[in-house]
Amino acid sequence: MTDNRRLWSGPYIIWSAGFILLPLLMVIYYGMTNGDGSFTWDNLAAFADPIHYRAFINSVVIAFGSTLFCLLLAYPLALILGRRKGKNTDILIMIFIIPMWINFLLRILALQMILSNTGILNALLEFLGLAPVHLMYSRTAIMIGMVYDYLPFMILPIYNAIRKIDQDVIEAAGDLGADGLTILTRIILPLSVPGVISGIIMVFIPSISEFVVADILGGSKILLYGNVIDQEFNLSSNWNLGSGLSIVLMLFIFASMAIMNKTGSGEEDMVSW
Amino acid sequence: MVNIKKLSGRLYIVLILLILYAPLAILIICSFNNSKARNIWGGFTLHWYADLVHNQEVLEALRTSLLLTVSAALIAVVLGTLACVGMSVMGKKLRAVLINITNIPMLNADIVTGVAIMLLFAHFLTLGFGSMLIAHVTLGVPYVIINVMPRLRDASKGVYEAALDLGASQTYAFFKVVLPEIFPGIIAGFLFAFTVSMDDFVVTYFTKGPGINTISTMLYQQLRRGINPQMYALSTLFLISILLILGMVYRFSEINTSKREDN
Amino acid sequence: MRQTSVAARQTGKVNMILPLIILAVCSGIIFLSGCHGRDGEADGRQDLIVFNYGDYIDRETIEMFEKETGIHVRYEEYLTPEDMYTKYSSGVIDYDLICSSDYMIQKMMLEGHLLPLDQSRMTSYGNIDPRYLELCRAFDPENKYAVPYLWGTLGILYNNKMVTDQVDSWEILWNPRYKNQIIMQNSMRDAFLVPLKWKGCSVNTRNKRELKEAQKLLMDQKPLVEAYLVDEIRDAMIAGDAAMAVTYSGDATEAMDANEDLSYVVPKEGSNVWFDCWAVPDCCRHKKEAEQFIDFMNRKETAEMNFDYIYYGTPNKAVYEDLDEETRSDETIFPPEEILSQCEVYEYLGTETDRYYTRLWKELKAK
Repeated sequence: MTDNRRLWSGPYIIWSAGFILLPLLMVIYYGMTNGDGSFTWDNLAAFADPIHYRAFINSVVIAFGSTLFCLLLAYPLALILGRRKGKNTDILIMIFIIPMWINFLLRILALQMILSNTGILNALLEFLGLAPVHLMYSRTAIMIGMVYDYLPFMILPIYNAIRKIDQDVIEAAGDLGADGLTILTRIILPLSVPGVISGIIMVFIPSISEFVVADILGGSKILLYGNVIDQEFNLSSNWNLGSGLSIVLMLFIFASMAIMNKTGSGEEDMVSW
Repeated sequence: MVNIKKLSGRLYIVLILLILYAPLAILIICSFNNSKARNIWGGFTLHWYADLVHNQEVLEALRTSLLLTVSAALIAVVLGTLACVGMSVMGKKLRAVLINITNIPMLNADIVTGVAIMLLFAHFLTLGFGSMLIAHVTLGVPYVIINVMPRLRDASKGVYEAALDLGASQTYAFFKVVLPEIFPGIIAGFLFAFTVSMDDFVVTYFTKGPGINTISTMLYQQLRRGINPQMYALSTLFLISILLILGMVYRFSEINTSKREDN
Repeated sequence: MRQTSVAARQTGKVNMILPLIILAVCSGIIFLSGCHGRDGEADGRQDLIVFNYGDYIDRETIEMFEKETGIHVRYEEYLTPEDMYTKYSSGVIDYDLICSSDYMIQKMMLEGHLLPLDQSRMTSYGNIDPRYLELCRAFDPENKYAVPYLWGTLGILYNNKMVTDQVDSWEILWNPRYKNQIIMQNSMRDAFLVPLKWKGCSVNTRNKRELKEAQKLLMDQKPLVEAYLVDEIRDAMIAGDAAMAVTYSGDATEAMDANEDLSYVVPKEGSNVWFDCWAVPDCCRHKKEAEQFIDFMNRKETAEMNFDYIYYGTPNKAVYEDLDEETRSDETIFPPEEILSQCEVYEYLGTETDRYYTRLWKELKAK
């Protein structure tokens, strides 16, 4: 019997050719040409400009930090929820996703009301007789914003991975004398790696090209790579340079995916990134 | 001992919920604030809600948003799941290529995706609801694939093959055996696609036709002259109705489970 | 078991059909989006596509226009002039009428993207104060392409309770006493205006040495700056998050309404006076109707409605003369002649200076 299921990806292959590859080719075309349409490497080489690579490093550091904090916050939560008995937990998990359905801009503006100099956090601190903090318009504020925004993207995949772990395996380990910590480190942790990797991807990738949060919560004092790309497209209408810099970003992400794929987990088949 | 563990677990859940919902609580408070400024309490009012009901523009945007988001997520789920099934039986190389292509919309800066899709439409099609839908499906599919793929890999091949041996067709076996197993992944994928699409501004802005607005494009355009507090009211209503629906589903499933346990 | 395999055989066909159906649905979507008709004019209705800043018109005036003329308006909004330009230049939508700021109008005009207007068809053109038409000649030398809609200035909005010094010069933005209390405009030209005007240069200078010096001053200022913002300035100032901010008169008026500790001043060295104008781009397919729309918005009643709604300066003489004394003497909305004479209108500086500007701006931000 031939495996017809291969055909099932047909619609998606056509779709991705039309709406992913074709637009991408346009980006590459713009990135590899100058204003007159003749070929050039300049737009890619522009990455070596200190402004650009420094912005890039800023972005990587902030994205890395946000991903790490998301992971640290999300893992225990996913663990607690994932080990809960009863079917209803699948509905309960929704509560952690719903905040994302309220528009991003509104949520960030609300966060600003909490963090700002005259904001709710400082009012609270004052009420408790503590010194106010100057959080707004800083790297910390950007990071808080990103963690807040992307946290659900970390919770869900890890929760799914933990949920999937066979209860019998854990019970068997317990019967064989493994204590809670051993079960956690030897069974749950390794088996949840695919979820963790999915989560990292889903948080790291959007946060590396993020710039709206940096504008609103960072007061635009810190230039991120997303800002640079956005400015080239919108401010100086230099689509060629904007595309060139985007290509570099894409290459970087592909490279880090490849590395993660190698080091992530031994079971290459589990996660195909 | 067990109780302490349980308690600290509960406490942690509450803490995270507090972090996630504190800003939303502020939006809710703002929706009752009789002042256009965010940091000034001008007294309690319901008139943003009253205005909202009569604001055709906002209601139209809400309708567009919901229609767009739900249909984009549904299409994305079907496309993505089928793609996963296909990919699972593909050659390794081909699959790797397809997966890397799938990553592209996720890893491109939104503005690049937005402008690129806009250029495509500029050359071949026109902008309207259709173009927005296409863009949103494209944004959503990767999230479906990333969620369904691991589930599919873990779905036990044995049962599926057994079903085939017993004479089930591939499709039948898929619907009866594989689908239930990967269903949580599909749901997660739907939620992600829905969320991404609901939240998106940049791509929508560049691919929308004239005179059509979603909630997010409308919000961003209000930035220049200040967010209309009606939007806070809308968010509050939206949030409350979602939580109510969720609560009802939760209650319902709880009753169901306890009944089943009784039997 | 036999039943199962019958069902299986039947669904076996579905195996192939399913992807085909999906494919059909998908191509249906694409087809529909392609066939939507470029302007949806299949039914012979006139659709006028108007492109304006967000929330920048009283919607009721549009309804009045539609009712009176039978022309259907498709109203579209953008956030920044650059967004507008990006969308316009992609050519995806044939805009009939745009409203944008002076330098962007000039850029489009110089690039040959605007159509000259036929003023003889506009019966209420005379309502516009010639004084403002004169000012508009800085970017539209013959008043051929643009009709002013609203105008304003750039200045310093400050909190009387937090600022003890007298605010009358741009210099105060370099006073170390206000470290982390200063909000700057996060738009390139407006940010550079501050040091340029302070040091007595033109805001339209193309002199690279002057621009470089201005950048150096901004670099020196950066440690004092709390944030570079645009739209959030109003709310931040109302809340008292900062002592002073460089902002537009329109934002200032709204902020001062909400917080009485705030004052607005156009520094003595002068500033920028900006105009948002109506103009017809070359992709226009309904020029006559577009001109009708401009004319309608210049009528006293409609201009008054828009002024009341937006509360920025109106160039409409008929509206101005009808205002009460208090509004007319509001120096934030209508600055006196001696201030206005110090103010310059932005001009488009050409691609080369533009690139240089962007470069300096990025360097400042990357510091």
